[in-house]
Amino acid sequence: MSLSNLLNDWTRYRQGIEEGGFHDYEHIFGMAIDLNKCIGCNACSIACYAENNLAVVGEEKFAKDQGMHWLRIERYWDEPDLGADDQEFQEHGASFLPMMCQQCNAATCEPVCPVAATYHTPDGLNAQVYNRCIGSRYCSNNCPYRLRYFNFYSYYETSWPAPLDQQLNPDLSVRDKGVMEKCTFCIQRIRVAKDTAQREERELVDGEFTTACAQTCPTSAIQFGDLQDPNSKVSQLWKQYQVKLGTTEQSKQNKELRGYRVFESLNTEPCVMYLDRVREV
Amino acid sequence: MHINEKDIDENIKWAEINKDVLKSMENPRPAYWVAIGLCLAMLSVAVVAEIYQYQTGMGVTNLNNPHMWDLYIATFIFWIGMSHSGTLLSAILHIIHADWRKPIYRFAEAMTTFSLMTAGLFPMIHLGRVWNMYWVIPYVTDRGIWPNFRSPLVWDAFAITTYLTSSALFLFIGMIPDLAICRDNAKGWRKKLYTVLSMGWRGDDRQWRNFRKTYMLMACFLIPLAVSVHSIVSSDFAMSIMPGWHVTSFPPYFVAGALYSGCAAIITLFILLRYFFYFEKYMTIAIMEKICKLTFAIAMVWTYLNLIEFASIWYGHDMVSKELLISKFTGPYSFWFWLMLFCGSVVPFMLAFKKYRCHMPTMFVVSLVLNLGMWLERWMIVTPTLSLSYHPFQWDVMWPSVVQWGIVFGSFGWFGLLFLTFVKIFPSVSMYEVKEMVYHRKREAGSAASEEGSAAPVKNEEGNKATPSGSGTPGLEGA
Repeated sequence: MSLSNLLNDWTRYRQGIEEGGFHDYEHIFGMAIDLNKCIGCNACSIACYAENNLAVVGEEKFAKDQGMHWLRIERYWDEPDLGADDQEFQEHGASFLPMMCQQCNAATCEPVCPVAATYHTPDGLNAQVYNRCIGSRYCSNNCPYRLRYFNFYSYYETSWPAPLDQQLNPDLSVRDKGVMEKCTFCIQRIRVAKDTAQREERELVDGEFTTACAQTCPTSAIQFGDLQDPNSKVSQLWKQYQVKLGTTEQSKQNKELRGYRVFESLNTEPCVMYLDRVREV
Repeated sequence: MHINEKDIDENIKWAEINKDVLKSMENPRPAYWVAIGLCLAMLSVAVVAEIYQYQTGMGVTNLNNPHMWDLYIATFIFWIGMSHSGTLLSAILHIIHADWRKPIYRFAEAMTTFSLMTAGLFPMIHLGRVWNMYWVIPYVTDRGIWPNFRSPLVWDAFAITTYLTSSALFLFIGMIPDLAICRDNAKGWRKKLYTVLSMGWRGDDRQWRNFRKTYMLMACFLIPLAVSVHSIVSSDFAMSIMPGWHVTSFPPYFVAGALYSGCAAIITLFILLRYFFYFEKYMTIAIMEKICKLTFAIAMVWTYLNLIEFASIWYGHDMVSKELLISKFTGPYSFWFWLMLFCGSVVPFMLAFKKYRCHMPTMFVVSLVLNLGMWLERWMIVTPTLSLSYHPFQWDVMWPSVVQWGIVFGSFGWFGLLFLTFVKIFPSVSMYEVKEMVYHRKREAGSAASEEGSAAPVKNEEGNKATPSGSGTPGLEGA
């Protein structure tokens, strides 16, 4: 570490605070999830299991909340006057919220990890280094979204019996007991796309890479892309709904602006924007 | 009854003190061996549980997604807290010259060291990959990776190792003159041990002068250290953003709680040692009364800080914290929460009555109940926040498994074993300081008597002397 490095980092750090929005990152990968389109089919969750070698823990452990679903569809039931007491059409009152790691730019999990196993990449991603993790689980405790999953057992021993282990994704590791894991925004796919772009000496193009959940979503409710690229679909959506990184300022009076981020008031700067569901009550 | 009102009988002969304390290292009551056996049995439960957990994974503890921490961390804070009162007795009371501490500070100091050694185990036990725990220590590798200095867990590692080293050193330094007495009276392997440990103590003037200076220096060093250690432990919670953890008053609250549970533990061990080793002459009812009063005062401070916490949440605008507070009083943990408030804030009022303070069996039970309350306090800090935090989808209540309870239970056996072994090998009453105390008390009593007997002019003379210089002869002033 040289002094100039330190000073450069300091300047960058000050800039990040004063300007907000973390403009100096090369990429900031973000999402926009339209809850109007989400039908709660759980396909994204299944795709995530397949893509990221998520362990299948079995019914008993899942019921104990020891599951490993990086992407979970949260189901909420409406108040009775919105149709929840309608015996015939109970599903009428359900609404869905797909929750994966929100890739916060001011992530609360990062400062508390004693060994810096979770840190921020220059791509604006909140990365988790499995080999570095010692399993203190402080990150999960400090995550207001509770979206970090811990390997409570050596799940791989029972998760994929004989032929099933052939379908594991070779692009990323299978985790053993004692490490924390979470959604990575399919960093292996991003890495492949970046390598290809570098080889071909061009910039990343919007749409040439996407996450497994976004790819699978039958209604295209999930959009994934680079927020630093002003022409990407995601940054267009963020602009359209006036959701900005580094600020929570937004005209909440305008009903057209459906965009919000979960627990915006905590200032964790998540990179996932949700578009509120409009009900035909 | 008259003798019991004094801290110590000033007519004890010095040789008698030596004899009594040295005897404690040889022939304890049979109850001592029963206690050792009990501790071994408890420890073996924890060892079995830990091996099972190590082999299988953390899942056997019933921990789950919202509850990533539970009893291990709560018990960790409990043991860290217990270590604080040894420092209070030996360092703070040493500096303010409260000499009634002298017969009892040695075992309190040992309690500090051993409860720290117990506490230090818990962060390791709770790690998912305990075999990599040395990664939190900054050491030079060719990989150039450092721990994350922003993390309170790293501060914990520094704080606890520093505190453990210094309190063990303090315990050892304070014991050197006594070890020399042991050396002069021991035979066999004990002789060899004490010869090495007493470091050539002869008791000459230069040695005493250096000893006093070192001891005072260590005492001054330990006080801020002890306060900072528990403040740092509290920042494990205060530095997070979770409701119920992110509380500004946590550092003083934790320190008060630490002193509280430590004082309660001192009462417990006081009664046990007094019984095991026939220490009735040294661990007197009068001293017991003083610790009880101290405990009562600290209990009130703790209660006050509790009220501050409730009030600041209640009148604050953080709805999530407020909801959590309400659910602590009325929700799934309400039984334990009310039990904590009862044990921690109501039961100590028994200490305000002399009748109970002087009755050893009652005080034994009361001190255990106080510590139960303090343990519950730590549990009620850690778990409800995890159960009911920001995200309602992940609200959940979890009951810890047998493995967790077993390890927590066994930690008491581990502490007891260390402590009981210590008091059998080393003098658990400080011989040289009790002698000092007896000497000063005798002089005080003597001078008081002579003052009573002598004529008025002597008093005038003293008064004249005292006003300009301001420094009377030490030992005479208190009379």
